[in-house]
Amino acid sequence: MTHHALHMPADEAQVRALRAGDTVTLERTLFGIRDATQIAMFDGGRRTRLDLRGHAVIHTAPNVRRVERGATNQAGYEAVCIGTTTSDRMERFTRPLMEREGVRLIIGKGGLREESQRAFQKLGGAYLAVIGGAAALETTWITAIEDVDLDDLNPESLWRFAIQGFGPLIVGMDAHGGSLYRDVNAGVAARRAAVLAKMGVSP
Amino acid sequence: MLHVAMDAVEEVAKLLYIRALKVLPDDIKQGFARLDASEGDALARSVLATMIENIAVAERTDNLLCQDTGIPIFNVAIGQGVAVDGWALTEAIRRGTARATREHPLRSSVVHPLTRVNGHDSCGIGVPVINLAFVEEAGVLEIEMIPKGSGSENGSFLAMLIPADGVAGIKRFVVDAAIRAGGKVCPPTILGVGLGGTSDVCMHLAKVAATRPLGTRCADAHGAALEVELGEAVNALGIGPQGLGGDSTAFAVHVELAHTHITMNPVAVNVQCHSARRARARFTEQGVEIGS
Repeated sequence: MTHHALHMPADEAQVRALRAGDTVTLERTLFGIRDATQIAMFDGGRRTRLDLRGHAVIHTAPNVRRVERGATNQAGYEAVCIGTTTSDRMERFTRPLMEREGVRLIIGKGGLREESQRAFQKLGGAYLAVIGGAAALETTWITAIEDVDLDDLNPESLWRFAIQGFGPLIVGMDAHGGSLYRDVNAGVAARRAAVLAKMGVSP
Repeated sequence: MLHVAMDAVEEVAKLLYIRALKVLPDDIKQGFARLDASEGDALARSVLATMIENIAVAERTDNLLCQDTGIPIFNVAIGQGVAVDGWALTEAIRRGTARATREHPLRSSVVHPLTRVNGHDSCGIGVPVINLAFVEEAGVLEIEMIPKGSGSENGSFLAMLIPADGVAGIKRFVVDAAIRAGGKVCPPTILGVGLGGTSDVCMHLAKVAATRPLGTRCADAHGAALEVELGEAVNALGIGPQGLGGDSTAFAVHVELAHTHITMNPVAVNVQCHSARRARARFTEQGVEIGS
């Protein structure tokens, strides 16, 4: 197990160096994205002016407060509470996020599926697990909301956060076919029959 | 006769929503301490440690535990000898919910199911969910507020099993629901199981079970025995906190049941995530008590 500090954006070699079970801390920039954002971008054909190439996106829709635009609040928002949502719903957007927008890392909770795994392998990407429901802590890793696009979808806008010491995150799925989720699921499937048998239930 | 003022209900509804989002009930904190002491997997222990740290950070920074403000649910219990205008009460709860959302501010997580338009006040058609019950205790009106997170709510399952499926069918369904929900429902969870009734009652019972405080038992002895058996089974699967493996998949399995039809054997599962948030207010002649 290795710890990696990545100053975003990252290149393909840096992302391919990550292995399932490693830990990662991100610095500088992180983008927030959600169901409605990606439905609009990939089903609705909308484009963003923000440059996601080489970046990490986190599955989120934050609690924010509207404020006067200023030097430290250029987007007109400050963070109230920023956390993470379940990634599985956004499974089919992994490949277009990587192919069209150049995203390298996806951060979320609960993991993604095989099609995302194939995209990570082919295009050079990884899935980083953040602890879901630990949003008060996560918010302390975010220093500012720098920009926002597609804000008619608020709170499911496309957000650009300034971050400091964002993590440690756990590499859940890597670019070499490694997946903690697949390993855990295989173990669960193998234990199912014995768990049922102990209660006198046939599989 | 207890008379409850509607401006007080509005204030309390606002306060309960915000408090529930920030302060985890003691029974859930104790549940974390139990899991932390018994977890055998190193990664799972570090995941639990982060969750426990988050509870402290939320209190220290006066922030929300989780970004998901949920679907607001208010369970109102009205005792004997309480004079209350039911319509005015539900309107006061709606106003309090909207004010919490605007004034804190909170993310409104509520949209129209077809247009997906968000009114940015956590209210809409049928939301907040307000459940009314009438209880024996005199001179008391209680309001319980539950912000129900969507990650765990999406892990809801209903099966209209038949009598021939028996209790074995119920057990298999619950284990398979836990497997299907996996890490998506933010484990460690409280797995709520509803048994019997009609389809809608069965699903509601599962929600009551999932949101019942830890340490409480099903009032029916058969249901209580099933809670223990299913709790051991679910935690032997190895799903673990966040679905990353380990022993701590569920704080507990809770069962609630109702009698059902001779031809029916309905079973429902509803899940409460580890951010098992709840706040309560108790109106009496002496005033209002706030807790969890």
